[in-house]
Amino acid sequence: MESKQTDLQMLGHHAYKIRRNALKMGQVQGQGYIAQALGFSDVLSVCYFHALNYRADDPEWEERDRLYLSIGHYAIALYAVMIEAGILPENELETYGCDDSRMPMSGMAAYTPGMEITGGSLGHGLGIAVGAALGLKRKQSGAFIYNLLSDGELGEGSTWEAAMSAAHHRLDNIIAVVDFNNQQADGPSQEMLWSEPLEEKWQAFGWHVQRVDGNNLAELVAAFDTARNTGTDQPRVIICNTKMAKGVPFLEQRERNHFLRVEADEWDKAIQILDAGRA
Amino acid sequence: MRQSKYTPRTPLPAGERQRTSAMIASLAAEGMPTVSAPFGHALNEVARQNVKIVGLTADLSKYTDLHVFAKQYPDRFYQMGMAEQVMISAAAGLAREGFTPFATTYAVFASRRAYDFICMAIAEEALNVKIVCALPGLTTGYGPSHQATEDIAIFRGLPNLTIVDPCDATEIQQATHAIAEYQGPVYMRLLRGQVPDVLSEYGYQFRLGKAQTIIDGRDVLFISSGLMTMRVLAASEALQQDNISCAVLHVPTIKPLDAEAIRREAGKSGRLVVIAENHTQIGGLGEAVMRELMLNGIHPVCKQIALPDAFLDAGALPTLHDQYGLSVSKVASRVKYWLGE
Repeated sequence: MESKQTDLQMLGHHAYKIRRNALKMGQVQGQGYIAQALGFSDVLSVCYFHALNYRADDPEWEERDRLYLSIGHYAIALYAVMIEAGILPENELETYGCDDSRMPMSGMAAYTPGMEITGGSLGHGLGIAVGAALGLKRKQSGAFIYNLLSDGELGEGSTWEAAMSAAHHRLDNIIAVVDFNNQQADGPSQEMLWSEPLEEKWQAFGWHVQRVDGNNLAELVAAFDTARNTGTDQPRVIICNTKMAKGVPFLEQRERNHFLRVEADEWDKAIQILDAGRA
Repeated sequence: MRQSKYTPRTPLPAGERQRTSAMIASLAAEGMPTVSAPFGHALNEVARQNVKIVGLTADLSKYTDLHVFAKQYPDRFYQMGMAEQVMISAAAGLAREGFTPFATTYAVFASRRAYDFICMAIAEEALNVKIVCALPGLTTGYGPSHQATEDIAIFRGLPNLTIVDPCDATEIQQATHAIAEYQGPVYMRLLRGQVPDVLSEYGYQFRLGKAQTIIDGRDVLFISSGLMTMRVLAASEALQQDNISCAVLHVPTIKPLDAEAIRREAGKSGRLVVIAENHTQIGGLGEAVMRELMLNGIHPVCKQIALPDAFLDAGALPTLHDQYGLSVSKVASRVKYWLGE
């Protein structure tokens, strides 16, 4: 199904706002996982403004789709989209990573409404998704479990235990979303523990696989629609190739950007560039 | 300790050697009454009342008595395969959706292999998952790969987690009901197969979080958990022949510890305190009790019966229990020695 141009414009606007919120939060700390947030904003825009079924004022609504962020350090990106979605108030943005904040630097279920699980250890989310998907089927729920992973997280063996398990139990209510940005704490993923060929791996594990440009809204919309509606009884994965720091060219060009340092005067510059790009 | 790693440990003639396969055999002494698969049958009783109970195992249903549940409730049983990390994570996911999962494997695999998942996916959010594990401490002759000599030390540091080390079939049955009623994560050590029935003759009733005096005595106070309670009860009987009178305070809940009962019993003067546990001497009941006494100014003469800080030998379980001091005769002889010091 072709997405309407107006829908894509709307998603683009939300993605811009998510990036802006993330930069504002990054500015509070002066550094952080801002490049991941900028790179993943288009995916999150499609998640929250196209794919997910949720109620902003009731994060524990029984019929909601569950979104599990196993990549806890992407919390900045999730807060950014949840503010845009009205799940969190915008005025808490300035508390990001501060004492007594509901928005700690690594996502935790006990702190933040709408943060379903405590991520951060990496390799946990997909396994929890397996159990929750089994539970939803027991309850005859039509809800989906989305699990947001990163390419680095695929190095954790537990992710592959969970991948086998999801296919074994025919958990067609799981949609895994892999942010493939080829960047880890110590450098490019290909120098750490290379996960390619990735489509073939997931296929061999019994999954329905799509790979898209994670910064292309039209491709993302089509992939999420397919993931929800494909008739197979397999779990589904969408591998999203994204560009770290997407939307702020001078940050995109920085090489080691897993935990990005941005000078004090650069934050406003980055926001200005973002604002200008939108116009 | 062996001279070289290739030197046989017990140079007995072939006909007199005990076989490792005695591991599968019961811990029961000869003539002791036993109950078959007490955990599995108790879980079935619980599940009859509570439709939220589900069972998961990592390819070890037969060896954790969960096969009894799987047979009775096949649609509530999940075979997760030999994948402990996803089994524990999936149990967390099922608990998130309102179910009460009982997840079973061996104690070594839960504590060593799945620790981070028990910690972050379950304990950190105090999810209602029950982790029930066979082969605790020294209950197999397979060697360190299967001997969970440090499981309690590993788990005691984990906030929110309740730790239960039941003694026998009666207690396993009662504890299964109790932990199902309790809201929160629990790690329970399991004896499986033909499990001795010892405590029923004392009219014992398990209470989560409570230590209980099984017998009273004037010379020795045993503070024990798990299978060591049946060993110290038998040793107490043997010591009576020598006119030594023993009390047994059974502490099935290791965490939270019933500190009040321990302080009360250990504070009574004139008794040798002997803490007995099927666990390494590091980080288990012994250290937990001694900390409690030390911090509260209670200073009885205190001894510990526990496994050494070592990777243990392989072999037949009765031989190993004797070798490492967990057998009834070794408990009794050491107590006599300590009293004579």
